[in-house]
Amino acid sequence: MAFHIDKLEKRWIYMVAGFVLMAWAIQIYYAAQGWHPPSNVEVIDSAQLHLETGVGGDEFSEQNIGVKRDADGTLVVTMVAARYGFYPQEIILPQGEPFKMRVASFDVLHGIYIPLTNLNLMLVPGYVSEVTTTVNILGDYPMLCHDFCGMGHAYMFGNVKIVPADEYKL
Amino acid sequence: MSMTDTGAQSPTYEKQAKRLGLSNMWVGFAAFAAAIPMGLYQVAERSNLFPAAESREIYYASVTTHGVLMAYVLTTFFIMGFGYYVALHSLKQNVWSPLFSWVGFSIALAGTLIAAVPLLLGEASVMYTFYPPEMAVTPFYIGAAMLFVGSWFWCVDMIVAMIQWRRTNPGMAVPLVMFGTTINALLWLWTSMGATLEVLIQILPLKFGWVDTIDPGLARTFFSWTLHAIVYFWLFPAYIAMYSLMPRESGGKLFSDELARVAFVMLFIFSVPIGFHHLYMDPQQAAGWKLLHMFGTFMVAVPTFITGFTVLATLEVSGRLRGGAGLFGWLAKIRWNNPMTLAAMLSMLMLTAGGFGGVINASYQMNALIHNTQWVTGHFHLIFGGTSVIMYFAVAYWAWPRITGRKLASTRMALWQLWLWFWGMLITTMPWHVLGLLGQPRRVDTLPYGEALNAIWNPHEVVMFAGSVMLTISAFMFIIILVRSHFSERLAQTPEVVFGTAIHQPLRVPHLLNSLAFWNWAMLVYMLASYGYPLLQFMFINAPQAIPYGV
Repeated sequence: MAFHIDKLEKRWIYMVAGFVLMAWAIQIYYAAQGWHPPSNVEVIDSAQLHLETGVGGDEFSEQNIGVKRDADGTLVVTMVAARYGFYPQEIILPQGEPFKMRVASFDVLHGIYIPLTNLNLMLVPGYVSEVTTTVNILGDYPMLCHDFCGMGHAYMFGNVKIVPADEYKL
Repeated sequence: MSMTDTGAQSPTYEKQAKRLGLSNMWVGFAAFAAAIPMGLYQVAERSNLFPAAESREIYYASVTTHGVLMAYVLTTFFIMGFGYYVALHSLKQNVWSPLFSWVGFSIALAGTLIAAVPLLLGEASVMYTFYPPEMAVTPFYIGAAMLFVGSWFWCVDMIVAMIQWRRTNPGMAVPLVMFGTTINALLWLWTSMGATLEVLIQILPLKFGWVDTIDPGLARTFFSWTLHAIVYFWLFPAYIAMYSLMPRESGGKLFSDELARVAFVMLFIFSVPIGFHHLYMDPQQAAGWKLLHMFGTFMVAVPTFITGFTVLATLEVSGRLRGGAGLFGWLAKIRWNNPMTLAAMLSMLMLTAGGFGGVINASYQMNALIHNTQWVTGHFHLIFGGTSVIMYFAVAYWAWPRITGRKLASTRMALWQLWLWFWGMLITTMPWHVLGLLGQPRRVDTLPYGEALNAIWNPHEVVMFAGSVMLTISAFMFIIILVRSHFSERLAQTPEVVFGTAIHQPLRVPHLLNSLAFWNWAMLVYMLASYGYPLLQFMFINAPQAIPYGV
């Protein structure tokens, strides 16, 4: 039987298909350049973050959180999110140098988000969230929790301070 | 065939359509009426204009209750009511078992009332997404589960009705309005499975004490299965109304019946296996799976583009039939004073704006700019509260005279109500999107992040408050019109329930556009590919689980 499509509508569908293909191509291109959303799939024992035992060891224990350099000199920021704060509450980083941020939740779902940037992480208990990025503009950046975590959710925020690279001391 | 003079009997299916249609739709609209003041409260609470109103506990209880009522109760009951009404009238057959239909309605209604108690008492302030390990009291989950289960009775009714009709009308094209309704019912069965699995496998065992812990990563993955496709469950009736009711109401003919079916089928297959754009920022799923979901997420825009073309073309046909000439002259000649026609046009405008926002959300790289900011909240209020709900109003205005046999209380007031909803929605959601771009997070009752941020955010909050007042007035106008329409002047002749026909109305359509069996299997294959491994991985990555927390 005849399946009738008006020729104007057919042209429209080709245009739409072209738009979809273009959108796919752009995203695949940038994915190939290394632009991915943070996806780590690394498990950790949220209930034992402060101890040496448990899955994940003592990476997130109190003496180990904060900013450090790892074996090959990369800056690593290790943080814990717990109702209702980020620990450490303020981190200081140098301008223009890449850093790896690793965050774990102590209790419930949280998020980390720096307004007006693309630093955006979900923090799920049982998993470590990781992102590598660089901040090129000096200043104080509030770091907010953006996933509902309870009555104090609105009050959960920390601070990232970016200082000139030559003034930075670890 | 329905008469208003006494002595003549209307067919059983018409009586069933009236009762099932009206009962379900009224429950939905009652939920809507209850939720509206909560929305206004929430905007007021954050606007800094009413310090006395500020309260964390009330705010979060309100956000949760407003969300549950609008996202689960208004929608499900309206869709069931509209579905019964058009199914029974278009197929001209009775429901296979009235008892079955009423049992389903009762379970859904009872579940709603059971969940309402803890919601209103502030014991279930977990947002309408209820992500663990934060837990509400058990009756909330029981009530929500009952609402879902009750809605499945409706799904069965729609599918059985279509099967019965095809058996008695072999080879004939299922009426378009029913094809869309049944595919939406099948869509809902597939969609609701995700949250149902989360509640049955994870949440209820934890609440009943059979297990002590829960994996929030798995819960978020299950919920993502439901979370995207549910918005298509909500959108389908708006498209069904545009394709099947709007053509006659606007005085024209549907531009293409076949492409409407293609759009329905594409919406079905591409709306469920794409939930990971809700999890782009999550650590428990790998990037490759997120990228896979991205492809389908962009594909699901295609049937909306098709719908846009077909609906605008239909409106253009009606405009030209009524004397419109020239490239844009037909626009002025559209039946703007017909509620369904007006709503369809306003809905398409909001769909365009909301759709652009949706493309950003779907983007593998750009989602990071807006995830969990107020952009997301602005987006879904525009696209759902705007595009879909304005069509729900229009459907009610169309259905009420046919159900009650009385005039619509005031067509003029209905038109004002629709315009007020449109402008109110734009004035509320445009600043909302901007707030998201300016970095305001979601689900916060207050904004203590410092003077600099508040200074740039506050003007938008005030504009949003003005928009919300407009929406509240519009919502009450809608309820008043519906209530008054039950007592208005009787019509000499009840308007017929007839659905639009196409310019080239097909007697037969390709089998794939007339039957759901193939698409059902296709969905299974696509779901296994998109969610199979991502769910299976939880059996061997051994993520240490979380204990339950209160709010």
